[in-house]
Amino acid sequence: MLLISNIVDGLSLGSIYALIALGYTMVYGIAKMLNFAHGDIIMVGGYAAFIAMATSWCPIWLALVITVTICTVLGVVIEKLAYRPLRSSPPLAVLITAIGVSYLLQNIALLTQSATPRMFTSIVDGMPPFLQVFKGRGAVFFSENPYKAEGVKSDLTISMETFLAIIVSVIIMVALTLFINKTKAGKAMLACSEDRGAAQLMGINVNATITLTFAIGSALAAVAAILMCSSYPLLTPYTGSMPGIKAFVAAVFGGIGSIPGAMVGGVLLGVIEILSKAYISTQLSDAIVFLVLIIVLVVRPTGIMGKKINEKV
Amino acid sequence: MKKQKLNNLLTLSGTAVLSVIMAVLMTAGALDGNNMLKGMLIPIGIHIIWALSLNLTVGVLGELSLGHAGFMCVGAIFGGTISQIVQINAAGCPSGLRLVIALVCSGIAAAVFGILIGIPVMRLHGDYLAIVTLGFGEIMKSLANNIYLTSDINGLHFGFTKPPENIDAASAKQILKGSIGMQAPQDTNIWWVVALLIITLFIMMTFMNSKSGRACMAVRDNYIAAQSVGINVTKFRLMAFTISAAIAGVGGALYAHSVPMIAFGKFDYNFSILILVFVVLGGLGSMRGSIIATVILYALPEMLRKVNQNIVNARMLIYAIILIFLMLWKNAPFFISLREKIKAKLKKDKAADVTSGGAEV
Repeated sequence: MLLISNIVDGLSLGSIYALIALGYTMVYGIAKMLNFAHGDIIMVGGYAAFIAMATSWCPIWLALVITVTICTVLGVVIEKLAYRPLRSSPPLAVLITAIGVSYLLQNIALLTQSATPRMFTSIVDGMPPFLQVFKGRGAVFFSENPYKAEGVKSDLTISMETFLAIIVSVIIMVALTLFINKTKAGKAMLACSEDRGAAQLMGINVNATITLTFAIGSALAAVAAILMCSSYPLLTPYTGSMPGIKAFVAAVFGGIGSIPGAMVGGVLLGVIEILSKAYISTQLSDAIVFLVLIIVLVVRPTGIMGKKINEKV
Repeated sequence: MKKQKLNNLLTLSGTAVLSVIMAVLMTAGALDGNNMLKGMLIPIGIHIIWALSLNLTVGVLGELSLGHAGFMCVGAIFGGTISQIVQINAAGCPSGLRLVIALVCSGIAAAVFGILIGIPVMRLHGDYLAIVTLGFGEIMKSLANNIYLTSDINGLHFGFTKPPENIDAASAKQILKGSIGMQAPQDTNIWWVVALLIITLFIMMTFMNSKSGRACMAVRDNYIAAQSVGINVTKFRLMAFTISAAIAGVGGALYAHSVPMIAFGKFDYNFSILILVFVVLGGLGSMRGSIIATVILYALPEMLRKVNQNIVNARMLIYAIILIFLMLWKNAPFFISLREKIKAKLKKDKAADVTSGGAEV
């Protein structure tokens, strides 16, 4: 039972990673840059949702809309101001700029919100757990413990947050896959990631496509922020950076630039992290995640689903 | 080439003279009234060593290493452990010898780690390399925070994730205390720092002017072209990376011996970034720039603390803005054309000055 519970937790964390990794992998596939600030957009999303939900007149659905809007606008603005002017610059300059943006966001948050951790209220606060299983008595969905009076505790509990994270991620991934493969804008994104120059010659507006990519990536980050903060409620200016980096690991794990790869990589990484936390050591779980990255890059640098691209002179 | 040599000599002698003056002032007691400056000199020197070593990876090799703190951590942990063991087992050993042993061992240990991590890393480029080095730094920090080492009458006892058991309590001495850190003997003084700083600078400059250094820069400027003229790309990259790691490790050991207590949590991702900020703001590949930037960026916040606490709090924000702006200023087409316009205008003014001056005569 404990193992099942851990795997479900891993799937939930993994689907959050997958959402973040999608943003990384799409931007990497199209703009060929590592957007270090992606993790900090999650943090901004967390604070936006926190502040909006703390306001008395603001219903939860409006808070969600506000969060997604703020993150999307932020992503697009960052791309316009910082990354677009450097599109044909050496990768080192772009990477340092991205780190600068990440630092900027962290420090703005630090100065305006202070380093004191905030307790994020879950968006499904007060709802009963999704599923409770009692040995020998069956399972109940969406309700409080019916055997509470007898002092029986459930053997397996899946909280509403866990359930929500998995369901929302699955819906978004299906929608995103459909969007990319079926719509004109999605196909333009695919074309840009194949060959930017050729796409431009075919009449695709490359700049608009890259902006759209950043917008979608940041919107996904906003959703991930809300789901993550609901499950792990401690919110600080550094909340986003570690999950951001781990999601990048997930993207590399699955094969960077590949959308199904990001999903698979994210879920696998989440499961690995939770299992190593449960069975090896809590403090070493981060180290294990990074060890996975190094091993993947040594054994199969293109990741699970990545394609090998030969560099041309 | 000659000009560059002269330039290097100037930097080297300038740094040497300045740091020796500071060291003399400090040992002579002239700085006794100024506690802030006195307390700052040793850390500044060590930060310069770190910035110089990182500049070798970022400036000369052209690869972004985000796990430089990992090598400092390796150096600190090895150096501190060895000098504590020496202190316990050979109490008569003079502190200078103890420090030299610790520094040499930490340099070797960091170099070994540099090679171990470099072999997989040097097959990668750019973003991948950055993220793998970042991962390495985090792994090192996590491991260092989980190692326990205790010495007692029966020898050394090692514990991983938890303190070792069955220890003879009477003679027990904790060497490594997990996330609490360690207390290495405070053997460092300003002269050691000055000496190592000058040695580091000398190594850097010799390396940059050597065949290997030029090969590294060729690889940085054009990987494929360098490969096609027969440069063994991996070998030279690995060499530079290892030297950089070893020097960072020595700096780490020096640092561990200069503070009463060191917790390895200090050597995290943000610390790597801080050193990177020094390097980038000083100018990639410029040793002089790294030194100047480190001195200013380390000392300025301390000095401003007296004036206004808000500026100190906002300093990382300001660094971030400068970092972004600097990259845009150097690389963005808009700023490049702006710079050219300004340059052309200045030239025109100068030319106008010359002609008008000539007319007067």
